[in-house]
Amino acid sequence: MVSFVSSLCGKISPLSLKEYKDNGGFDGLQKAIFHMKPHEVVKVIEDSNLKGRGGAAFPTGLKWKFISMENSDEKYIICNADEGEPGTFKDKILLDGCPLQIIEGMIIAAYATKANKGYIYIRGEYPKTREILLKAVEILRDEGYLGDNILGQEFSFDIDIRSGAGAYVCGEETALIESIEGNPGRSRFKPPYPPSEGLWRKPTLVNNVETLANVPLILSFGADEFKKYGTEGSRGTKLISVSGNVVNRGVFEIELGTTLKEIIYDICGGTLKDKKLKFIQLGGSSGACIPQSLLDIRLDFDELRKYSIGLGSGAILVVDESTCIIDFIKNTMEFFKHESCGKCTPCREGNRHIIKILDRIQGGEGSERDIELLKNISLLMKEASLCGLGQAAPTAIFTTLKYFGDEYKEHLKGYCRCGICDMKGREECK
Amino acid sequence: MKKINVNINGIDVVVPEGTTILNAAKKVHIDIPTLCYHPDQKIKGSCRVCIVEVEGQSTFSAACCTPVRNGMRIKTNTKKVREARKTILELILADHNCDCLTCIRNGNCELQILCEEHNIDTISFDKVVKLLPINDKNPAIVRDESKCIKCGRCVEVCNEVQGIGAIYNINRSCEMKIGTAYDKELKNVKCTYCGQCINVCPVGAIYEKSNIDEVWQALEDDNKHVVVQMAPAVRVSLGEKFGMQPGSIVTGKIVSFLRKIGFDKVFDTNFTADLTIIEEGNELLHRINNNGKLPMITSCSPGWIRFIEYFYPELLDHLSTCKSPQQMFGALAKTYYAEKFNINPENIVVVSIMPCTAKKAEALREEMSDSGYQDIDVVLTTRELARLIKQSRIRIEELKEEDFDSPFGITTGAAAIFGATGGVMEAALRTVYEEVTGEELKNIDFKNLRGINGFKEGTVKVGEIDVKVAVVNGLKNARMILEMIKQGKADYHFIEVMCCPGGCIGGGGQPRGTNDIKKKRIEAIYKVDIQSAIRKSHDNPVIKTLYKEFLTKPLGYKSHKLLHTHYKDRSDI
Amino acid sequence: MAAKNVKEGEVAMNMDKRIIKIIEKIGKTSDKLIEILLEVQKQSDENYITEKELKIISKELRIPLSKVYGVASFYSMLSTKKRGKYVVQICNSAPCYVKNSKEVAKFFEAALGIKMGEITEDGLFSLEFTSCIGACDLAPAVKINEEIYGNLDRDKIYKIIDSLRKEEK
Repeated sequence: MVSFVSSLCGKISPLSLKEYKDNGGFDGLQKAIFHMKPHEVVKVIEDSNLKGRGGAAFPTGLKWKFISMENSDEKYIICNADEGEPGTFKDKILLDGCPLQIIEGMIIAAYATKANKGYIYIRGEYPKTREILLKAVEILRDEGYLGDNILGQEFSFDIDIRSGAGAYVCGEETALIESIEGNPGRSRFKPPYPPSEGLWRKPTLVNNVETLANVPLILSFGADEFKKYGTEGSRGTKLISVSGNVVNRGVFEIELGTTLKEIIYDICGGTLKDKKLKFIQLGGSSGACIPQSLLDIRLDFDELRKYSIGLGSGAILVVDESTCIIDFIKNTMEFFKHESCGKCTPCREGNRHIIKILDRIQGGEGSERDIELLKNISLLMKEASLCGLGQAAPTAIFTTLKYFGDEYKEHLKGYCRCGICDMKGREECK
Repeated sequence: MKKINVNINGIDVVVPEGTTILNAAKKVHIDIPTLCYHPDQKIKGSCRVCIVEVEGQSTFSAACCTPVRNGMRIKTNTKKVREARKTILELILADHNCDCLTCIRNGNCELQILCEEHNIDTISFDKVVKLLPINDKNPAIVRDESKCIKCGRCVEVCNEVQGIGAIYNINRSCEMKIGTAYDKELKNVKCTYCGQCINVCPVGAIYEKSNIDEVWQALEDDNKHVVVQMAPAVRVSLGEKFGMQPGSIVTGKIVSFLRKIGFDKVFDTNFTADLTIIEEGNELLHRINNNGKLPMITSCSPGWIRFIEYFYPELLDHLSTCKSPQQMFGALAKTYYAEKFNINPENIVVVSIMPCTAKKAEALREEMSDSGYQDIDVVLTTRELARLIKQSRIRIEELKEEDFDSPFGITTGAAAIFGATGGVMEAALRTVYEEVTGEELKNIDFKNLRGINGFKEGTVKVGEIDVKVAVVNGLKNARMILEMIKQGKADYHFIEVMCCPGGCIGGGGQPRGTNDIKKKRIEAIYKVDIQSAIRKSHDNPVIKTLYKEFLTKPLGYKSHKLLHTHYKDRSDI
Repeated sequence: MAAKNVKEGEVAMNMDKRIIKIIEKIGKTSDKLIEILLEVQKQSDENYITEKELKIISKELRIPLSKVYGVASFYSMLSTKKRGKYVVQICNSAPCYVKNSKEVAKFFEAALGIKMGEITEDGLFSLEFTSCIGACDLAPAVKINEEIYGNLDRDKIYKIIDSLRKEEK
């Protein structure tokens, strides 16, 4: 475990500007606006090799560069605080623990990209966090960190807080933008990407909370200090949210490059009641289900890519042997069925047919053909859906078919090793 | 503009930057199937039927919404693509009421065609479609949710072209549907019945309420004297339903057909269009000379009337009090015509053939019975006329052209152009000019008021006054001009508003057609005008007779009783 | 009768005023729709937005009613149907699922005598599932209005309901 991006969480009073500043807060911003040109700030972020912490791991500096190159007198910074990926609660720790750090990150981003307006899109499920953010923005406005002529400079930037209202898809940046505009959160097709056409069709930077929280630190300590953490291709630290059948649940900051095994056994104390670990799901419900045999994998973007696995939001759900694979997948797909926006055919229609097939399998009426259909729909969703939601929804199906194919086959033969599925030819599972 | 080199199915093509894969493929005659895509609408990218393979990419790209990149290598018809498209279609079909044989779109359904082209021979998935009752508790439009494929075209036209928003996407995921707030019937929301949603629907999810059977029934009733009128836009578009080129003029064939199936008299709505010009022209002059409410706005488009009643009741006194030509016709048929030919009006059935779905609702307005009876009994759309023709098994292509019956068959070119946006204004100016100045108008073509543009304006010197006019079509443009009036920024004397984009030739009851086809229809409309012996409404000799024998004078007592009406504040709905 | 009508009129007026006040506080632009809907719902004892309220919002923001309804129906936190004063949202996302959220739902159903999706007769509680509420370290967890309750078992669930009922008395 390390303490970098979350170092002030729990250490200072979240809304105390004084405590924040006493602990180095706003050093990064001061350095940027008093001593650096906007393009130099972008350069530092590029040099740090910081990658987006929301799930897609896109190089942050490059994204900033795209927006800074856009010629528009209206640009927006959006902090994506719509942490909806099941099993992910690390942004909440940052938002509740050190909101000023995230806002500082936004102000620096605005300075670097010449944006004048920002939004924090906070998920509706976090009403108390929203209150904290509202207060934080007010404090910073009063103290001249937000508003016109920030710290007496020719630089103006202000932030509005917008609340989600229960839609996982709004974590997808274009759906999020639609939601800020007051619409249902239905993803737009890309391109155009938000850096060229985002909020109100203007250049828009959408960064995750954790990404933005890293920014002030990179600015104040320098890219090199940041790069001391992590591996060659994966710099910095990562907040991981651990949940499930494990002794210590919670948010932990680790260096990128740490293995899953270290996290689960050394940091989190292993499985509860020493039950056998079945798999871990990495990155939330849209992530891969990784069996015990692969726990030596390092949380490193390049290494994960070799296994076609994404780090995603950094959620780790530990699942022990008492959970039935089929039942778990059905629960996962019910989540996606509930959360699909309904716009594109593969995702709107695919999820419900997958559930119907899983129902058949759980009821003891599944056949080889059902497995084929399952693969077909999943592949179509992955390859033809309009946005990341539909594309990633079947990830757990692919990985469990790959690593737990036997358990699917057992179900076809009318046997559930966990005793969860009722194989009496009934539609519903116990 | 930057040029982009791409390769599609092995063929190199150079296109401007920003071109979509779909359009780049079109350029080299490679046809990519589409479903949610509509050439006159925004790109949606939602159905995913147009997916293609792009080299080096692990996912498909939707051709409609993906701009080409330099060096892109695209394959549009591989096994992988075909199978994925097939799966997409099967997913759509699993949630679609596939009763094609009894569907109104049987034979011209975009989904049906795609299924045929993709060799769909089975649906691998469980049927999940909900067979809900059909919504038809209103005079004009039927909605069948079980057919809806959620392409979103109707939502776009209702919200963004017409600016109404009677319908929207409700719910999400597989529960997502197109509907009204709280699932209300269309008659209980602010729907103008313009029918533009029908014109863009690729399937049979939304269509006009059919009144064909009522026509057959009347025709077979020996006690009834059944007369029919046909609107100007119908004659330049019906041919499309029978394989003719867009813009074909089939007036004489339709007349011949209608006579053949037993209508006692075949009349022309153009006659009452001429009459509208006389009444409306005089109303305008009266308002100008007597400090009346200006700008005066035309009132012949019933979708537009409903719009202003719903959304701008405070501006209702800007509307001309003239009834629409359809309704003037009905009122005269059951009075003047009945008297003249000694027919009991109770036995007269008046059928209208209109390019319009809103006309069905207009005929049922309680004010529209000034003859003592419901003035118009049945309204058929152009599409229904086509079905009537097919049902009769008469081959319209082979019919000889015939003329309308008198008295309501003599009409002018001014009336003909009512069917296109700007036409009413142009016709009115031809008459008003001569009425006021007493001089002959030499150049009677007001070309700056013509064409498919949503907003046009002009100034015409009429005697002492510069008459300032504006022409809008599409209700979003109507809203714009009403806002201008509210803000005191519309110093026009006269405004023509047509509910549907392009005017009546683009009406909600017309054969489905893109903007390109609408342009052809407009050209045909002006061809009818040019070919007319008389091109000014006030020169119509039968109109003169009508005033002499019956109405006495424009805006006179009888005109007021039969040809003018009033409007209602419907903002509360 | 007349007196009653006057009173109803007054109530309607007050509602108009209350909604307009919310709109003015949050901002009268169409992009604020979701914020306004959330606030209107929050002020309701029945945790939903009524048709009348939606109509006022539609009129004030000049957004078609169908769209206002479409937005309200899209977001799962917004409701156009009556709910309990306390909306019990049981998380059924994966981290709670592996910690037996199905049992939690059953306990709540038994304790309240209603099924998922229903409201208790006294209008105090309604039960529904929710996607992840970010309380995964406390799974199985529920959210009741704005409060999170975690590490639930049968006893805890009964205690929570009892204490909320007491608050109401």
